[in-house]
Amino acid sequence: MPIDAEQFWGALKARGYDFFAGVPDSTFGAAYKSMLDDPDIRFVPAVREDVALGVASAAYFSERKGGVIMQNSGIGNVVNPLTSFNLIYKVPVLLIVGWRGYGGPPNDAPEHWVMGAKSTDMFELLGIPCEVLEPDDLEGPLDRLLSKINDLQVPGALMVRAGVLE
Amino acid sequence: MIERYKAIEKVLEYVGDNDLVISTTGMISRELFTIQDRPGNLYMIGSMGLASSLGLGVCLMQPKKRVFVIEGDGSALMSLGTLPLIAAETPSNLTHVILDNEAYESTGGQPTISSDISIAAIGSASGYRNVASVKDTAGLDGALRDAAAMDGPWFIVVKSSIVHREGIPRVTHTPVELRDRFKSQASGH
Repeated sequence: MPIDAEQFWGALKARGYDFFAGVPDSTFGAAYKSMLDDPDIRFVPAVREDVALGVASAAYFSERKGGVIMQNSGIGNVVNPLTSFNLIYKVPVLLIVGWRGYGGPPNDAPEHWVMGAKSTDMFELLGIPCEVLEPDDLEGPLDRLLSKINDLQVPGALMVRAGVLE
Repeated sequence: MIERYKAIEKVLEYVGDNDLVISTTGMISRELFTIQDRPGNLYMIGSMGLASSLGLGVCLMQPKKRVFVIEGDGSALMSLGTLPLIAAETPSNLTHVILDNEAYESTGGQPTISSDISIAAIGSASGYRNVASVKDTAGLDGALRDAAAMDGPWFIVVKSSIVHREGIPRVTHTPVELRDRFKSQASGH
């Protein structure tokens, strides 16, 4: 069973995440609209993933929790801010990443094949903890990831495959 | 034209004790650090182009605090998409200062494209509530006085000259030290 969108955002809000910036992805399906409609979530529709990361990073300085919503094709756009800001200033942010091209070809469209196969490797290379959301397990991966984010004081990525959220 | 160092000095005259300043990588942060190192300054020693988006986020998180973002023409051009995003979010507490010396001075003075285009016009077209383009100290003083009195977001473009100053050190605080003291200032305790 896919994770219900309201349950997903409810779990994030319960853990203090109510400020997001980002770029949409079809992977999130109705969950994106459900976030936009949620009066308890402040969302900034950033023009690119690095801009979203800059905006969301501000939450930390106000003792709040910030998150970025993005497609994995935008991982390249966040490499510079991650390596020369978040990872050296130790500013944690939750990255919620739609995982297009999961498993590599022939899944999804050709433009997603390369990053689809390399997404978690990219985060691992940068020292960004990563967890994969599972349809039958929301809190397990989420809490493991948030625990690493808080312990290491770095951003962490929650990978969301197609069909996991509805 | 105003020497950039003197432009930063002038901006600081309008920065109150509780105000927050976010500065871009390179010489702008080093000069700000040299002129007046204060806990409410966040020097972004890397991540060129990120100061404006972080500044926007800080404005939204702390709507009662005045926030200054100080960057160059190179970093503003690098993150041009952030300008209409700022305009769309209309943070009334933001004063965004562009020190436009038409060069990537921190990497050796290589030219940017800003001698051929108007960054102030880009700010206007992006939809900033108030835009000023100034060429001398009196003009900058007037724009900063207006920005202190009227809601932003303000976009102030300062045509700056390249003057090489000796003895401008690198920021000596570690990034985590900068983070912690800025967090104390931003969150108010």
